[in-house]
Amino acid sequence: MKKTMRTLWQVLLVIPVVLFIYLPVAWLVISSISTRSELLSTPIHWIPQQPTFQNYINILVPGQDASEVAKTFRITLWNSLLVASSVTVIALTLGSLASYALVRLRFPFRQTMLIGILGTRMIPEISLVIPLYLFATRFGLFNSPLILIITYLSFALPFAIWLMAAFFNTIPVELEDAARIDGCNRIETLFRIILPISAPGLVSTGLFVFLTAWDEFFFALILTSTVSAKTVPVAIAEFTGRYVVDVGGMMTGGVLAAIPPVILSLIFQRYIVSGLTAGAVKG
Amino acid sequence: MQRKLSLTQKDALIGFGLILPSLLIILGISLQPILSTLFLSVFESSRGINVERIFVGLGNYTALLSEQLFWVTIGRTLYFTFVSVGLELILGLAIAQLIHSHPPGWKFLRTSLIIPWAVPTIVNGTMWRWIYNADYGALNGLLLQLGIIDKYIPWLTKPDVAMNLVILADIWHSVPFIALILQAALATLPADLEEAAAVDGANALQRFLLIRLPLLRPAILVALVIRTVEAFRAFDLIYVITNGGPAFGTVTISYLTYLETFSFGNVGRGSALSFLISIFTLIMAFIYIRVLYRPEEN
Repeated sequence: MKKTMRTLWQVLLVIPVVLFIYLPVAWLVISSISTRSELLSTPIHWIPQQPTFQNYINILVPGQDASEVAKTFRITLWNSLLVASSVTVIALTLGSLASYALVRLRFPFRQTMLIGILGTRMIPEISLVIPLYLFATRFGLFNSPLILIITYLSFALPFAIWLMAAFFNTIPVELEDAARIDGCNRIETLFRIILPISAPGLVSTGLFVFLTAWDEFFFALILTSTVSAKTVPVAIAEFTGRYVVDVGGMMTGGVLAAIPPVILSLIFQRYIVSGLTAGAVKG
Repeated sequence: MQRKLSLTQKDALIGFGLILPSLLIILGISLQPILSTLFLSVFESSRGINVERIFVGLGNYTALLSEQLFWVTIGRTLYFTFVSVGLELILGLAIAQLIHSHPPGWKFLRTSLIIPWAVPTIVNGTMWRWIYNADYGALNGLLLQLGIIDKYIPWLTKPDVAMNLVILADIWHSVPFIALILQAALATLPADLEEAAAVDGANALQRFLLIRLPLLRPAILVALVIRTVEAFRAFDLIYVITNGGPAFGTVTISYLTYLETFSFGNVGRGSALSFLISIFTLIMAFIYIRVLYRPEEN
């Protein structure tokens, strides 16, 4: 009896939490498959009477009569993918090498550098953006995916170094000693022994870097101006600001922008929780 | 003359080699810009970024610190920071405890928490802005059908209400983050301590306050510091939900910096503001590193 009461209480607490999580998302998805007239009806049509995937078709399949919203989303989704993947590859490659050296090799200023690098992770984007903007305009990089890749490294690289350091620290030193006795030098040990067994760490770090870059808004807002470099968050924010707007199209853009990070996070759930506890932050 | 390098010297050389690319990038895109920002902040250049500058020393700083606008904005930013982080911590801790008590469907609940955390901030903001819409929004629709309101309310036209609604969107995004960290920490706590305390007659509240909470302290600190730094520099959500409005009523310190620099063209003032934000953040970073960074225990 006491156990049943306890379970009942627990369920009564779980339900509002689950509703609070899913209702806004459900409304986002419903709005994306509703027709314009249903979206603008009072009282609200909670369940669309004529659900349509036209918004998705407009964005994903290039067509002649696609609206400005649809065209913009298609291009900016691609820009986001290009920028986020490039940043992930660069940060992971350079970051894991630097991180290994900082964790395992003895040399002057090692500690200072590690702390300095962690510190730069904390500098707000707004404190960097004015000089970066001047740099971009001076060297003709303004409104190019390249300037986003470069500037995103300002948070992605320290972040990757930090996360990989947490993983390298868990690898027993004895393993390396054994490899060195067998005649591997430092570099061979790193590439043949350490990096292969750090695969989970690399996956987790890559995931966090990708998600952070995909989410980034402020640099993209300041450093891009047209669809040749704009990322999907900037496109969404712009359409939100206008009054007469294609709400369904915008919500569809939102769903499509949310799908990659949500799916990746659900697939790699285990890594997310362990990464979070290692001090990872994605806003 | 050939000199054989000792093993330590060799290590040091390899170490520098491995670090050099990262170090150069970090120096170029973090250190150099922040020093540049400091440099720009001692000039007055009010008509755009590339015009001639007049040296004003600490003029921008003293001007800012003597303006009411600055302090009102700081107050608003602190309100946003403490209310959102405070509520997020309480709710996050409650949800973590709930998951830890393993109710029916707790694994589903834990997985579900990933979704709001993973949804991009701008999508989150756009979604809530649409929910809050005065004429067609789901919030009005729902409250009307439940009989809580009798006519649609234009939610985002009052500064206080607008600010609290931005906080609600922030809560939706960040409570899961805190809950995930804390439930992972709870799962690692030893059960025998609390059992022993229960045998000794400690009630549930005492066990929570005297045993569980102190053991959770490191995880709570990590979550708190990360969230405080982020909330203090909040920009994205405000940009999409209220655009700083109504009547600049939701402008936080980052938003003010953005407006000064990129809308009003006061690069000097904007740089001074952003440098002030950095100083606060670096203080937080110092605490952050002290809390998080532990040299390897050899």
